Amino acid sequence: MTIMGTPRLRKEDPKLLTGEGKFVDDIHAPGELWMGMVRSPYAHAKIVSVDTAEAAAHSGVHAVYSGKDLEEMGLWIAPLPCVWPVTDDMLNPPHVPVVTEEANFVGEIVAVVLADSRYGAVDAAELVEVSYEELPAVASLDAAVTGDALAHSDLDTNKAYHWPLVPDPDALDAAFANAAHTVTGTFVQQRLIPAAMEPRGVLAVPSPHGGDITLYSSSQVPHILKVMVAATTGIPENKIRIVAPAVGGGFGAKLNINPDEILAVTLANRLGLPVRWTETRSEAAFSTHQGRGQNQTIEIAADAKGKILGVRVHLDADMGAYMRLITPGVPLLGSFLYTGVYDVPAFGFTCDGYFTNLTPTDAYRGAGRPEASYAIERAMDLLANEVGVGPDEIRRRNYLNGGEAFQDLEVASTLVFDSGHYGPNLDKALELSDYASLRAEQQRRREAGESKQLGIGLCTYVEICGLAPSRALAGLNYGAGGWEHALVRFLPTGKVEVVTGSTPHGQGHETSWSMIVADKLGVDPDDVEVLHSDTAISPLGLDTYGSRSLSVGGVAISMACDKVVEKARLIAAHQLEANPDDLEFSGGVFRVKGTPTAELPIQGIAYEAFTAHNLPDGMEPNLQEQMTFDPPNFAFPFGTHVAVVEVDEDTGGVTLVGYTAVDDCGPQVNPLIVEGQVHGGIVQGVAQALWEEAVYDEAGNCKNPSFLDYLVPSSMEVPSMVLDSTETPSTSNPLGVKGVGEAGTIGSAAAVINAVCDALSPYGVTDIEMPATPQKIWRKIQDAKGGEA
Amino acid sequence: MQIDMTVNGRAYSADVEDRTLLVHYLRDHLGLTGTNVGCDTSSCGACTVHIDGQSVKSCTVLAAQVRGADITTIEGMANDEELHPMQEAFRQCHGLQCGYCTPGMVMAATSLLSENPDPSEQEVREGLEGNLCRCTGYHNIVKSVLSVAGGQS
Ligand code: FES
Ligand code: FES
Repeated sequence: MTIMGTPRLRKEDPKLLTGEGKFVDDIHAPGELWMGMVRSPYAHAKIVSVDTAEAAAHSGVHAVYSGKDLEEMGLWIAPLPCVWPVTDDMLNPPHVPVVTEEANFVGEIVAVVLADSRYGAVDAAELVEVSYEELPAVASLDAAVTGDALAHSDLDTNKAYHWPLVPDPDALDAAFANAAHTVTGTFVQQRLIPAAMEPRGVLAVPSPHGGDITLYSSSQVPHILKVMVAATTGIPENKIRIVAPAVGGGFGAKLNINPDEILAVTLANRLGLPVRWTETRSEAAFSTHQGRGQNQTIEIAADAKGKILGVRVHLDADMGAYMRLITPGVPLLGSFLYTGVYDVPAFGFTCDGYFTNLTPTDAYRGAGRPEASYAIERAMDLLANEVGVGPDEIRRRNYLNGGEAFQDLEVASTLVFDSGHYGPNLDKALELSDYASLRAEQQRRREAGESKQLGIGLCTYVEICGLAPSRALAGLNYGAGGWEHALVRFLPTGKVEVVTGSTPHGQGHETSWSMIVADKLGVDPDDVEVLHSDTAISPLGLDTYGSRSLSVGGVAISMACDKVVEKARLIAAHQLEANPDDLEFSGGVFRVKGTPTAELPIQGIAYEAFTAHNLPDGMEPNLQEQMTFDPPNFAFPFGTHVAVVEVDEDTGGVTLVGYTAVDDCGPQVNPLIVEGQVHGGIVQGVAQALWEEAVYDEAGNCKNPSFLDYLVPSSMEVPSMVLDSTETPSTSNPLGVKGVGEAGTIGSAAAVINAVCDALSPYGVTDIEMPATPQKIWRKIQDAKGGEA
Repeated sequence: MQIDMTVNGRAYSADVEDRTLLVHYLRDHLGLTGTNVGCDTSSCGACTVHIDGQSVKSCTVLAAQVRGADITTIEGMANDEELHPMQEAFRQCHGLQCGYCTPGMVMAATSLLSENPDPSEQEVREGLEGNLCRCTGYHNIVKSVLSVAGGQS
């Protein structure tokens, strides 16, 4: 290992830096038609009539379709898929690309136009006349729970499912009965708009005589999309090719199967013409799923010293109007993490999923795990207050295995954590952030009565990634496996091609996978080409989400390389007339032990494998191997984040003035990329804590769909960050790697809110709802002062 | 409407709809798709180009408004052999991930340095306020720009 573990500049960059990168909206096909969507202005309404005549008569308009027209055309054979029916009796009202009877959220598609230009499609969509009969709308999760109105007229409840994970109810009751201390936290995980900078887009290009169709989509999941397009449209899977070209960020928002994708494919196929669409930013609040949307209650029972006896959690989760691809499973992804990094003898978790008349929710960076980490890490601070010790001390008293190193440890939520070593990780973060000095400065400001008070917040998170062992997914009722596929081939001239089923959208897989291959095969990383994201080139894959790429896909590549070396060893032994066991392989060269002159470089062997003139009897020509890796267990990265905020007591304004993170994702392939992932992840979590929220009015309208009001942070709102790492290898794969794509987001929201509450603690404030806006903070301070302001 | 302008040193003329935005003219008519569109409210800066040397969000102007202007897009920044120093700095400092905001960032950053060749970190952060990035948390973008500034001084 010489290249893995060292920072290396990215292969992807020159293209992206010069404008050569091709995103979907950059790709055109001759004769293409632009889709324009007619969207419901009501959160809940009967569709009385759709009049397409005026739009159809508009110049440049090719066709206009209502939902009924499309239904009659028989373009699909099944509704849009949900592959995670978490319980057998989960409610799952059919979600078709264009509604026919009842619109169930603002922005649901009611009709579609096809026009010959980008602007023409928008114009024509405005000319479609739809008359509606408004119905009572369920405009919030709270309203869904109350149940005064129904989100779907043909259901008699808003509750979609109840999912329990209570391994030992008696033990849990006993824990609370025997507790010296109990604390309860009730937290709101507000709805978030994922806001990848590239809006989603599609381009479907048919081949009317060949019978096949290519869909370009800004998707994280081209392989899953291919299966689902086949299952939804009835187009034979072997006639479908999906290409995810350059994809401008995903964060979970691009892992769905969307109405626009199905519409583009089916209309292009029917008309024999290319069909395209790109969402506008304001439209994305309706056309792309949102994240979070949970009300959480967490209770901790502890003994007199603050040692945890039990943790009990209940969630109400906002599904939005429909079950999208994995909507109901998102809270479950977090369920196992509500015990955090702590030794929790008794645990219970229940979740109720509810329909609302709002944009559907689904995975957003961390998907269930930031919520879990937030709840337990906020509750740990409540427990620290209750017991009267510092936030660092309460954590130390409760770490799994006393903070010492462990492997393969079963925790109360029934999972087996692969490895952990929490104590030194906390130590390092406290030292790096100069925690003691921060506390001293905090004290100084308090005593001086300064208007800008300091708050220091800790979060010691653990997350699940490496999704996932296929059998574990089966146990959760998930509709697919969690393996990843890799193929590694030497070309005759000694260059290497790697075909991967992982699908990058900013993570730098081409660079990292080249580094793994370079080390394994002893070749230059620049001689390795990584092929991905096109199902015609990479037919097998389960794509990129859940921080799975390295610990499943990267490991598959590494294991395929091992197979390549083993085959090459047999060829080398044959040609050097040696026993394969007497060959050593390093730096890309096979040598006969003890006979230094007898050697063959692997590139030479690749050529021999290509000509096949002199191979061992019965051996297949060519040097190419594949591997499908299905991990035996998840991977559990962890880390400590320390946020430092200044709260202006006069205005309620919060400034994040410092951020230190010490993450442990096991051995790192490319530390440069790891740092970048952590930086971006942290800021997304900070944004949830302080600024972002999709706000809906009582009628179910999103009041801030655009970047004017939805506050994605700019460079002005965040500081530079201080990062470091510890390294605890995973036992779940031969590289010992874990995953880091979501870690920053999973650690940061709790750290920031803990810091804000810490700053306000002299006022007796123990909680503040996210986003912690100046208004909310100012109000808390005024209330504490007796409301005289 | 008849328009003509110079883009990346090459003269173009065309007949476009009056309402055509400059960004759509560059992307859909000239095929210069390096300039991206990230929003519909002039908020994100993904579409930033230089018009007569000044950085401008190309979704905020009509193509017809810049008749006769000299436009530089991201495609005009590198020469045949090497990247522009700002592009190189983004590469060296890992200032991009998905790369969608990157062309706009590079254009805004070069124009920032032409106005203030030796900015502080705070000045860089202020100068890039109109350009949103969802991937990097800005840390390495700021580092990239400061590395060019340091290199110039
Ligand atoms: S596309 Fe121009 S500012 Fe967003
Ligand atoms: S690099 Fe992805 S938005 Fe900036």
